[in-house]
Amino acid sequence: MAAIKYLAGKEPHPNEHRMIFRNVDREGWDPSIDTYLGEGGYEQLKKAVAMEPQAITDEVKKAGVRGRGGAGFPAGVKWGFIPPNNTKPVYLICNADESEPGTFKDRYIIHQDPHQLIEGMAIACFAVGAKLAYIYIREEFPEGAAILEKAIAEAHEKGFLGKGICGSDFDLEIYVHRGAGAYICGEETGLIESLEGKRPYPRIKPPYFPAAMGLYLCPTIVNNVETLCHVKHILDMGGEEYAKLGTPNNTGTRILCVSGDVQKPGYFEVQVGKVTLGEVINDMCGGLKPGRKIQAVIPGGSSAKVLRGDETFKIKKGGEDVELKLEDIPMDFDTLAACGSMAGSGGVIVIDDSRSISWVLNNINAFYAHESCGQCTPCREGSLWMKKITDRVVAGKAAPSDIDTLDAVARNIDGRTICAFGEACSWPTESFIQKFRDELVASTNPDLDEAIVNPETELAAAHLAR
Amino acid sequence: MEVPAELEKEIDERITHYPVSKRSAVLPVLHALQHHFGYISEEAVEWAARKLELEPIKVLEVVTFYPGFRQSAPGKYHIRVCRTLSCAMAGSAELMESLCKAAKIDRSGVTHHHPIAVGEDGRFSIEFAECLASCGTGPVCMVNDDFHEKVEDAETLLSKYRD
Amino acid sequence: MSDEGKPAVEMVDVQIDGEWHQFPKGTRMIEACRQVGKEVPHYCYHPKLTSPGNCRMCLVEMGMPPRPRPGEDPPEKDENGHLPISWIPRPVIACANTVAPNMGIRTDSDLTHACRQGVMELLLINHPLDCPICDQAGECRLQEFSVEHGNGGSRFREQKVKKPKNVDIGPRIRLDDERCIMCSRCIRFTDEVADDPVLGFTDRGSHTVLTVHPGQQLANNYSLNTVDICPVGALTSNDFRFQMRVWFLKEDKSICTSCGRGCNITIGSREDEVYRLTPRENNEVNSAWMCDHGRLNFHYLNSEMRLTDPLVRGAEGHETVAWGDAIQAAADALGRCEANEIALIASGRLTNEELFMARRLASVMKTEFVDIVPRSGEADDYLLAADRNPNTNGAKLVLGLDEPGQALKDIREGMAQGRIKALVVLQENLIDDAGFTAEELGKLDFILHTYPLANPTAETADVVLPGAAFSEKRGSMINLTGRLQRLNRATDGPGQTREVWEIVRDLIQALGGGNGIYLIEDVFKQMAGEIAEFEGLTLSKIGDLGVPLLETDEKIPLLERERERVAKGIIVG
Ligand SMILES: Cc1cc2nc3c(=O)[nH]c(=O)nc-3n(C[C@H](O)[C@H](O)[C@H](O)COP(=O)(O)O)c2cc1C
Ligand code: SF4
Ligand code: SF4
Ligand code: SF4
Ligand code: FES
Ligand code: FES
Repeated sequence: MAAIKYLAGKEPHPNEHRMIFRNVDREGWDPSIDTYLGEGGYEQLKKAVAMEPQAITDEVKKAGVRGRGGAGFPAGVKWGFIPPNNTKPVYLICNADESEPGTFKDRYIIHQDPHQLIEGMAIACFAVGAKLAYIYIREEFPEGAAILEKAIAEAHEKGFLGKGICGSDFDLEIYVHRGAGAYICGEETGLIESLEGKRPYPRIKPPYFPAAMGLYLCPTIVNNVETLCHVKHILDMGGEEYAKLGTPNNTGTRILCVSGDVQKPGYFEVQVGKVTLGEVINDMCGGLKPGRKIQAVIPGGSSAKVLRGDETFKIKKGGEDVELKLEDIPMDFDTLAACGSMAGSGGVIVIDDSRSISWVLNNINAFYAHESCGQCTPCREGSLWMKKITDRVVAGKAAPSDIDTLDAVARNIDGRTICAFGEACSWPTESFIQKFRDELVASTNPDLDEAIVNPETELAAAHLAR
Repeated sequence: MEVPAELEKEIDERITHYPVSKRSAVLPVLHALQHHFGYISEEAVEWAARKLELEPIKVLEVVTFYPGFRQSAPGKYHIRVCRTLSCAMAGSAELMESLCKAAKIDRSGVTHHHPIAVGEDGRFSIEFAECLASCGTGPVCMVNDDFHEKVEDAETLLSKYRD
Repeated sequence: MSDEGKPAVEMVDVQIDGEWHQFPKGTRMIEACRQVGKEVPHYCYHPKLTSPGNCRMCLVEMGMPPRPRPGEDPPEKDENGHLPISWIPRPVIACANTVAPNMGIRTDSDLTHACRQGVMELLLINHPLDCPICDQAGECRLQEFSVEHGNGGSRFREQKVKKPKNVDIGPRIRLDDERCIMCSRCIRFTDEVADDPVLGFTDRGSHTVLTVHPGQQLANNYSLNTVDICPVGALTSNDFRFQMRVWFLKEDKSICTSCGRGCNITIGSREDEVYRLTPRENNEVNSAWMCDHGRLNFHYLNSEMRLTDPLVRGAEGHETVAWGDAIQAAADALGRCEANEIALIASGRLTNEELFMARRLASVMKTEFVDIVPRSGEADDYLLAADRNPNTNGAKLVLGLDEPGQALKDIREGMAQGRIKALVVLQENLIDDAGFTAEELGKLDFILHTYPLANPTAETADVVLPGAAFSEKRGSMINLTGRLQRLNRATDGPGQTREVWEIVRDLIQALGGGNGIYLIEDVFKQMAGEIAEFEGLTLSKIGDLGVPLLETDEKIPLLERERERVAKGIIVG
């Protein structure tokens, strides 16, 4: 195959391993089906429909690909959770909500290579027995939705969707479903409720594990856009071969999205665990702005716990104790977890020493206060409370004791909510306080310790004690 | 409120995408109505409820949940500026300020319940949105369905919509 | 293999606060704890509704046997066959999760207490805390738990979220959104039980508000149940609000008498005034609900129109007399009549005991003309029955009526032809409720009338006696499904009001038929001796929830649906 040419100024970094993003920013590439078919498009689907569905799931298991949406759960294992004696219809949903702050990868797949996603979805549907699938795409991607609908129509026309796909007896319809601007619709059960036409209130688990009781209470597989694209490549390479990419238990490639205080923010598809955070920041992103130091990095979307620039991490690796500097952390699921954060959605936000930590935390808290669905008490009340406290910290109207309150509020949310938004909204606060307490306290005023008691609350507390 | 036949046809087609439950079509129906009318009026809520055989409160619950649905008329061009961290670091607050100045919009009345400010001449309206998934090219904003990255100058942006 | 000897449901061993118990598989953790006396505080959970798990008040510490790693030996059982428990650091909700074999639950651990305290604090930060002016005070779960689980002083230094207050959401209910804790119980009730989805949440996050759809109302006949299940004072009843602090109310168990369903109720009264009726759970009758029609049908009890004294017509109209004189006057007039010259019109609102005494009276007066006044309305598909008499089945059984109301025609014909010269009318207003006219009643020689209220029929009667209403009497009734249920006295009727069985007993005595009845228990005993269906029963054996007495094919639509949901595991029931 002739070497691929990319648009000037958008060439991948040499350390990238472009697979999912192979056609992103590619010269002469467009999202049409003809272009896609010109490079072996839908060959894997043709291969798939001649296979046993279970054999596909087995390949995906062997490949070990972990979900790219945030939780990092192995896709093949998830597919295997569909009850073996199931008699209900099975659905597949592609999570294209891409709403975790700092994440911007699915957008490019959808806009530039929609057929890759559709092929991946079709293969996954065949494997899990789904005849109806939805792409839940965030409302803020109107063009993306139109591109996907066009691509679906093209695939239909060519017999890759619809009845009797590629001459087999496999039928599949895929529809695009647009959200309406709510982060919580990225959470899979919130997404399902939204797709059912209800308020996107996440469901309690148990009993509502989607693979057993998902859309319309039927077994439903929810996977991220990027995850589903990997399926196509797993089939192409074979699970074992695929698993050689990346590092053990952290296989394949993933797209890192870097934003914030770096010279050249952007997206980089790398083998999981084969590049370090330092390489990403310094090599791929051209380092920091002149004269700046890393103050903090949020490594996996804004929900991930923050890491300090000058921190060292004592972790176990292969049974041995190792000490890592921030910049030495390999970007894989397990190491980031061992360092007390997570790989999450792949959104790396770099914060240099010019930034006020309280301002950063307040911005994050404002996001979560705005996005809490409000269903369960701790998150509904706590997310806004945290925001209000950091509002005061930023405004110089907080006392040092408010930082303790802030920490306590976060801990009252963490682990006690219906959905993982509870962690998503409390981890930033918990970790910022853990790592940057001095910086936060420095923004407060000790004179205010007793001063700002809301008269409303005082009165009320007195009544209650009565 | 008159729903043109064309629009109703489009809506009916959308509903067929949900063979298991019509209720699932709430969002697409509302999107179609908002696209046509600019916002979701009380009448639109009732219309959608009738169309989908739902109690109107079930539609209102949805409309009010999502910032993507507006309950009052925006400007001819509705601007959404990303407020979230990466864009904020790239200057989205400043962008908001300069856009308001250039489009003559006063945001002082903005509250949680009324996030949108409309300019006097009704041409532009503006609100903050949360992360638009393009954090590497901030500050970003949307004008109606158009997406704009690395927006540096408010006037340059607005000039595209001044007709 | 045969199923014999196997228990119908599998039992699982569960350790609760250190002690092992057994529960049927599928039991919710919260119910298991309750059964062994470990009440887990909760707001959103209601056994009759689906479980959204949203309030997080019921978080408890949970553990399961450790799972051996590959190659590791499985854990060993102790001498009682229990495996060790490894406690999970993350708390779980007790309301929606079911027990599992060898599960451990801690309702009293540090983690559990910390969770409750956290939830309480978070629920209170945006709460107006206007307990002194809140109607729910005294039965507010927020107030209750905050004393037990709260942490006293508030660390909340921010402006509270402002929400609508005092919103009219229906003809009988008001909403204070600032007090709402968004437990969604009211929404689930209107959606799942009343099939009238007019309530919903709008907006989101901390700004979420409970709303009735603009232009609509929460007006269905079951609306006031939402007030009962609202754990705080967000929904209050227009009828009851500010009338009385709940802690001053005396509570008595009885039944509603506004239709044949016989919903079990609690009568809340103070100093002989009834302030409210609330439903009392009975899974054979009314689940945990009652209709608004029945609930609010008690204001006449406190009415100024109540009869308070025995009245006898004299030259100047009705005059107040002593009970003995009134009874004697009636006995004198009735004693002059021949067989079948008197008709006895009793009521489907009488208790079995009162009906039994009426039956005695009919035989003493030697009359075949006995009936009750049927009353009907439209049945709904929930609880409210078409038969608006509470004890039609009792009247049929005790008075031996085949078709209640059938004899009324003959009685009126007899009256018109002058064959019937006197009427005894027990607790019925013939003019307003049975279509009799004042003229036809005026032609009679004598009318004895008992009733709680002044009414047109009383105007025509010669002797008018204040008869006790439902909250003022003890006794039993048989509802439409054939269940024998008990009324209990909550209040004393005004003035000299007496129960009908006492009035009739005295009248029979005055007519020369002694009977040795002193207490209502004596009436029941004699009734049980004469009517086979009551054999072996006593008033006390009926108990608070009643006993099945007659076979009927009456179905209760609301209960049928509830049972279906229970069978599907959607609700606990
Ligand atoms: C608050 C919240 C927001 C989420 N947002 C997204 C999202 O925008 N996109 C996504 O793919 N997954 C998101 N997830 C993760 C999904 O719940 C789900 O785990 C994922 O879509 C599964 O796909 P995967 O296994 O392929 O990663 C979110 C989770 C939470 C708790
Ligand atoms: S944790 Fe937050 S987002 Fe998740 S269900 Fe509860 S309130 Fe909603
Ligand atoms: S009004 Fe009462 S029952 Fe309804 S959601 Fe609020 S607190 Fe719960
Ligand atoms: S259904 Fe009948 S018995 Fe029950 S509350 Fe209503 S009127 Fe009373
Ligand atoms: S922060 Fe603005 S697009 Fe993500
Ligand atoms: S009682 Fe509300 S979560 Fe369990």
